[in-house]
Amino acid sequence: MSGHSNWSEWVYIGVVVALLAWVGAEAWNIERLVEHVPENAEVIKVTGQQWFWTFEHEDGTKETGELHVKKGVPYKFEITSKDVIHSFNIPDYLVLMDAVPGRINTVWFLPVDEGEFPIQCREYCGLIHYNMRGTLYIEDGA
Amino acid sequence: MVLELQKPRPIWQIMFSTHHTDIGLLYTIMSLAFLFMGGALALAIRVEMFSPGPQFIADSMTFNRIFTVHGTNMIFLFLLPFASAVGNYFIPIMVRYKDMAYPKLNAIAFWMLPPAAALVWLGFADFGWYAQPPYSAISAPSPAAEMWIFGLKIIGVSSILGAINFIVTILKCKHPDLPLSKVPLLGWSFLSSSLIVLVAIPTFAAALLMLLTDRLGVTGFFNPAMGGDPIAYSHLFWFTFHPEVYVLVIPAIGMMYEIIPRFSRKPIFSHSSGVFAFVLLSIVSFASWAHHMYATGMSFTEKTVFMVGTLAAVPASAMHVFNFLATMWGGRAKYSTPMMWSVGGIALFFSAGAGGVVNTAMPLDFITHDSYWVVGHFHLFVFGTIAFGSFGFLYYMFPFITGRMYNELWGKVHFVLIFIGAVLVFFTQHILGLYGMPRRVFDYPEIPEWIAMNQIQAVGAVLLGVGMTIFLVNLIYSSAKGKEANMEDPFGLGGKYYYPYQAKNPHHD
Repeated sequence: MSGHSNWSEWVYIGVVVALLAWVGAEAWNIERLVEHVPENAEVIKVTGQQWFWTFEHEDGTKETGELHVKKGVPYKFEITSKDVIHSFNIPDYLVLMDAVPGRINTVWFLPVDEGEFPIQCREYCGLIHYNMRGTLYIEDGA
Repeated sequence: MVLELQKPRPIWQIMFSTHHTDIGLLYTIMSLAFLFMGGALALAIRVEMFSPGPQFIADSMTFNRIFTVHGTNMIFLFLLPFASAVGNYFIPIMVRYKDMAYPKLNAIAFWMLPPAAALVWLGFADFGWYAQPPYSAISAPSPAAEMWIFGLKIIGVSSILGAINFIVTILKCKHPDLPLSKVPLLGWSFLSSSLIVLVAIPTFAAALLMLLTDRLGVTGFFNPAMGGDPIAYSHLFWFTFHPEVYVLVIPAIGMMYEIIPRFSRKPIFSHSSGVFAFVLLSIVSFASWAHHMYATGMSFTEKTVFMVGTLAAVPASAMHVFNFLATMWGGRAKYSTPMMWSVGGIALFFSAGAGGVVNTAMPLDFITHDSYWVVGHFHLFVFGTIAFGSFGFLYYMFPFITGRMYNELWGKVHFVLIFIGAVLVFFTQHILGLYGMPRRVFDYPEIPEWIAMNQIQAVGAVLLGVGMTIFLVNLIYSSAKGKEANMEDPFGLGGKYYYPYQAKNPHHD
């Protein structure tokens, strides 16, 4: 390069690249584990529309704006939308997946604590996006 | 290197001029006007969010229109035109040519912007700055949406014309004695960003047309009810606008490359490493667009590919940071206003980059995606890095444009207020995102942490507002009444590294 030694820059670049490789490998490994849906997961069909969520359980029961699940049972959400793109989000369980019309996206979670948790929309979807909220009720299933 | 100093002329002579410094002045004034207008919208958003429940913005539709126009305005009517302003002033001088390659085309590219701005501002669309279908195709109200589409279309054509002009000026009009490798890094930054514009923008231009015909109901490219796919729009959009981030950030880094060595009174650590990093960044900028779309239901393989593509952009950015620090190391730094902005900008650039690594790591992205984290993250880039670089450079150009000095004390006060304000607003937004608050919401439930963090942001926003008011007053007052600058050495730096390419410019003596 311009006449003087650049070894320090090469060392620095090496450290940066090594850090990035580590972040990438960890992310790859964790995502692979997180995306693996348990065999016994119960399916819940989630439909977003302006501006509320509806849920359909495996046994056919439907709920609107509220979702009741049992503690300790893994659930697989099959998420879609009837109109525009929404994003299904349970922040306390880090569940996030877009509800895209014409597609079914899946994500799963395992409820561990009893209680009430917020459900919200994380993708801008129009007039009442800010209030497209629901409640997740985790109950003792025993 | 006198940029503008000429006898006072009536304003219409500047407006109808095709000379590069006149166009540069027009770009500067227009971009600053839109900076203050867009900033007022941002202040309105932050004050509205001070506590749950409507404060003073009447309804969510108005709120949605405000954040849409704020974003569109800041990117297309402040950052892009400001970069063009700097390019117009400096590129011809740096390549030792009398003007831009195509002066009339240059004037046309500028004059396309006011009508485009009028369409964006008078339409006041509501679908966010990325106009995601199907909402933008089937739900967004007319005529605002159409006006936004036409406005962006015009801005896109203007960017392409400007980019062609910069590329031809640098490659074809540079002085025969000046090899391309010796062109200053600011020149290289404009060459890189202009090449990105040429490759990236046409994709969005096509997507905009498809969106328009979808809105007219004659096609259904992005409308699932007619067999289309809204995610296709996302790909087209981000194929343009992820590289577009680099179109904005690369010139800002180029501006810092002008300021850091000068105010450190030391030659740049490595010119060739700067060139290499610019070229590398321009290429890898096209390998990462879909990292904006992990949550749309992409497969594991797709996500992995785009994660690797995104991580690949980090070493090039890290090289710039290293180059800046190594240049400052052992220098006799003088912390005048332009230097303070550049150093502050580098610090926030580093923070933004570190946040970006978090975003791209797949499992972590699902925590931050579409939350306030993302708002904080990209504001650290567009405001913390690009606007900081631009403000610093504006202070640096000020004596060369006006022949007068800005008020140094108020320039520093401006920097301190903005730096504290930016940290309060944008760092807090990161944490607020981790607490799960979605972006683009008019109102929010009474969660104590959310309320506290929104109030911290409002305080930061007021500091930003005060800082920018000081900036405006300083600019106006000093350009008319400031003390006359010593044109040989306005910043009192001395030394031989001052203006290495102080070229004789045939139009200015």
